[in-house]
Amino acid sequence: MSIAPVIAVLWSVAGLLVTAVLAVVVARARGASGAVYCLTITVSAITLIVALAHLFGGGSASRLAMPLGVPWVGSHFRVDALASVFLVVVNLGGFVASLYALGYGRHEPSPERILPFYPAFLAGMNLVVVADDAFTFLVSWEFMSLASWALVMAHHREGDNARAGFIYIVMASAGTLALLLAFGLLAGPEGAYSFDAIRSGRLTPPLTTAVLALVLLGAGSKAGIVPLHVWLPLAHPAAPSHVSALMSGVMTKVATYAFIRIVFDLVGPIEWWWGTVVLVVGGVTAVMGVLHALMQHDLKRLLAYHTVENIGIIFVGLGLALAFRANAMDGAAALAFTAALFHVLNHSVFKSLLFLGSGAVLAATGHRDMDKLGGLIHRMPATSFAFLIGAAAISALPPLNGFVSEWLVFQAILLSPDLPQWDLKILVPAVGALLALSAALAAACFVKAFGVSFLGRPRSPAASVAHETDRFSLAAMLILASLCLLAGVLPGFVIDALAPAAQIGTGAQMPAQSALPWLSIIPVAESRSSYNGLLLFLLVAGVAAISSFAIHRLASGALRRAPAWDCGSPDPDPATQYTAGSFAQPIRRIFGTIVFGARERLHMPPPGDPGPARFEVRMTDAAWEGLYAPLARAVTRVADRLNPFQFLTIRRYLALVLVALVALLALIALRP
Amino acid sequence: MIVDLTIQGLEMILVLTLAPALTGLVRKVKARLLRRRGPPLLQPYRDLRRLLGKEVVLAENASWLFRGTPYLVLAATWLGASLVPTFTTDLFFSGAADLLVITGLLGSVRFLLALAGMDVGTSFGGIGSSREMMIASLAEPAMLMVVFTLALVAGSTQLSSIAEFLGSSGVGLRVSLGLALVALCMVAIAENARIPVDNPATHLELTMVHEAMILEYSGRHLAVLELAAWIKLLLYISLIGCVFLPWSMASSGAGFMAVAIGAGAYGAKLVAGAFLLALFETTVAKMRVFRVPEFLGASLMLGLLAILLLFLARSL
Repeated sequence: MSIAPVIAVLWSVAGLLVTAVLAVVVARARGASGAVYCLTITVSAITLIVALAHLFGGGSASRLAMPLGVPWVGSHFRVDALASVFLVVVNLGGFVASLYALGYGRHEPSPERILPFYPAFLAGMNLVVVADDAFTFLVSWEFMSLASWALVMAHHREGDNARAGFIYIVMASAGTLALLLAFGLLAGPEGAYSFDAIRSGRLTPPLTTAVLALVLLGAGSKAGIVPLHVWLPLAHPAAPSHVSALMSGVMTKVATYAFIRIVFDLVGPIEWWWGTVVLVVGGVTAVMGVLHALMQHDLKRLLAYHTVENIGIIFVGLGLALAFRANAMDGAAALAFTAALFHVLNHSVFKSLLFLGSGAVLAATGHRDMDKLGGLIHRMPATSFAFLIGAAAISALPPLNGFVSEWLVFQAILLSPDLPQWDLKILVPAVGALLALSAALAAACFVKAFGVSFLGRPRSPAASVAHETDRFSLAAMLILASLCLLAGVLPGFVIDALAPAAQIGTGAQMPAQSALPWLSIIPVAESRSSYNGLLLFLLVAGVAAISSFAIHRLASGALRRAPAWDCGSPDPDPATQYTAGSFAQPIRRIFGTIVFGARERLHMPPPGDPGPARFEVRMTDAAWEGLYAPLARAVTRVADRLNPFQFLTIRRYLALVLVALVALLALIALRP
Repeated sequence: MIVDLTIQGLEMILVLTLAPALTGLVRKVKARLLRRRGPPLLQPYRDLRRLLGKEVVLAENASWLFRGTPYLVLAATWLGASLVPTFTTDLFFSGAADLLVITGLLGSVRFLLALAGMDVGTSFGGIGSSREMMIASLAEPAMLMVVFTLALVAGSTQLSSIAEFLGSSGVGLRVSLGLALVALCMVAIAENARIPVDNPATHLELTMVHEAMILEYSGRHLAVLELAAWIKLLLYISLIGCVFLPWSMASSGAGFMAVAIGAGAYGAKLVAGAFLLALFETTVAKMRVFRVPEFLGASLMLGLLAILLLFLARSL
């Protein structure tokens, strides 16, 4: 192929932008939604192929400078292996979400509020990944934020959406501000804004610390690390489901990309204790995210909180990589970094799948509340199957892909005793325990999500008459489900494809995996650990099939349908089933008072009163109560104080201007 | 290659055929300790045959998930058990899975069982699934701490390497390993739904966890699930034996005599395990569900303590 990857990607971005403009014109026409989504499918597929070809071709950097933007900087674009990995994530997500939207978009009551912004959102995410100077990066970043904000606000009159949009735009702006300041520090007084110049300049420690803190704030708030996550479970579910999939599955990964690009590539060497900061942030984020997810009964909000958990796992991997890299343990750093990237890839696949599934449920029943669902496995068998695969994959169960990346993270954790610092030696096993806790809680959470929504008996009339979703949506979900299985049973190829990206981040690679006998993966040494997902999958499937066949053949195959047993007293009312709240009750009792400040209240009617007893639980997000509510109150107070300045007479305004001018002049005069 | 495959096949058959006898032995010893005569040792085999021959009574709204789960559960548990070295460390498939993967496989089993418990939509199924997942979410971190301790000592998560390393002289007695042993035993009790966490023989619905999950199963499905539960018990006893009593296991390329000695030693370990389990179960009472977190929390703390002690002992 003669055309350079960066040029191909930029043409794709141009195509997406043209599509966005076209969509403004034709949005209300019949068939507009089909046309727009067909265009985005095509463009995403082409970019996906370009990125994959680039990645498997070794991922050498391909760059381009254009005379756009700020005159003395221009705009620079570059596609290297790291960018390619994230281009794959973005465009795979874009491709599948667009395919899904071909069917799902038909239900859309006001397509003109979505169609223009959707391609723009995709274009913004692609641009962030290929940007190679600070201006281009920040402009693309803000473009991505605003386009996604417009999509969150698509149905602004529904429920809490307007509030979600407001909180999102405030958090996104704050995040961009932090990144802006970080790039300002990186560029230094000479204003070296291209990434090449930033790389060659070296920062001194206090400034490095400031940059890292700002990046953790800026990129972390977009990715959803605790306590900057509060906007995420509000905004992601508010958007239409294919956009939720993109926001949760892909945009959080673009934020992770920003973190990786700046911290691992641009800043240069970093002290080891930054590893501990990132590790602690990651571990806390993982556990808090999954605990909050467990308490939800809104399916899409549960999934959004789960994104927080997975971002935590990714940050644990990155923190380990930082710690290992600072101690010149290159092999271990490459392992941790590859594990983090693998999880980025995996999460984008199964989180998109789960959001698309929840969208199918929403379209079929009109409910997001799990306590109004149930029994959908009979009404929507294919959707249920795909959702089940996604749920098992996100719960890190073998032989699916989520298990492999978490297994790799654990292998990296097990290398931590060789670290020289005592803090890290003690901290890393504790973070490992947090990670194991979050993995087990994730399994509990998805037993709840799948069990309450898809199994049991229908809890509402809408759920009992639901119909299977359309074939485009099904195709999209089944593609993602098969990717979950493929990446799980053939992880060696994924690891090898990620090797050039690990080279950029850590200066080392994991040993080549795909050529190993039997397609096993061996991250460190054969005597240490190995895993063979394909063999495991084939054995379990084979043994299950053979035993089932043998038992039906040799013993008995007789079967009779009868009412449920339920210890002899089945109740026909579907309200007697376990609900989302009751399923999570034991875990709420264990962690509730500490983590959520849960208050339970029981209203018993007085003796003789036949009225029902009522049980109430109140839970609060500690981050909200402890951090944001005081902040918001402070802003309100200051605003109230400043309010009188709006209602002055013209003389007083002129006097104020004069005073300000004199004060400034005095300042200049006093300072040499 | 042929020899390796034969040994692996032998191991699979051994695990499958010994599991009911092990449970029978536990029941027998328990009954004798309570001064009852108890069912004969071979009763579990008879139960299996009886259940396999019966027709399945399936709840009206049970789905394909409910029907497929027993076979997948059996396959995954059986595979997990045959990956734990019993009489020999030279297993053909041992490269496919380390201890973390075996834990993961058991996690998949639990995930499927919990879903099957919720499939029919009864309150007992829900209670079982919910509590099982609560117990598991606390047992898994504790298990990981045990794995971590072993990996620190042996430099590997591969079971055959761990067994070979710990079996070699020169490891000696270590406080950390003792703590890890206690932690692993506590996890094993919770995972196998034994007293004091759960009661395998209960008939009071509100105290059931594992039994409540599989309440709607009958006939061959129930037989398969029972067998899987027995294999899981065998798996944990083998695991404890293989890691903490790794002596006289045959290593790779060993002759027939070594294998025979290994098999004999394995039998002795199983009998000892069954006896100790029965003894323990008769001396404690079942605890309330909400005291289980304390039990498993203690196990997690022991695991953490084991790791800390290892670091300290290394630096001294």
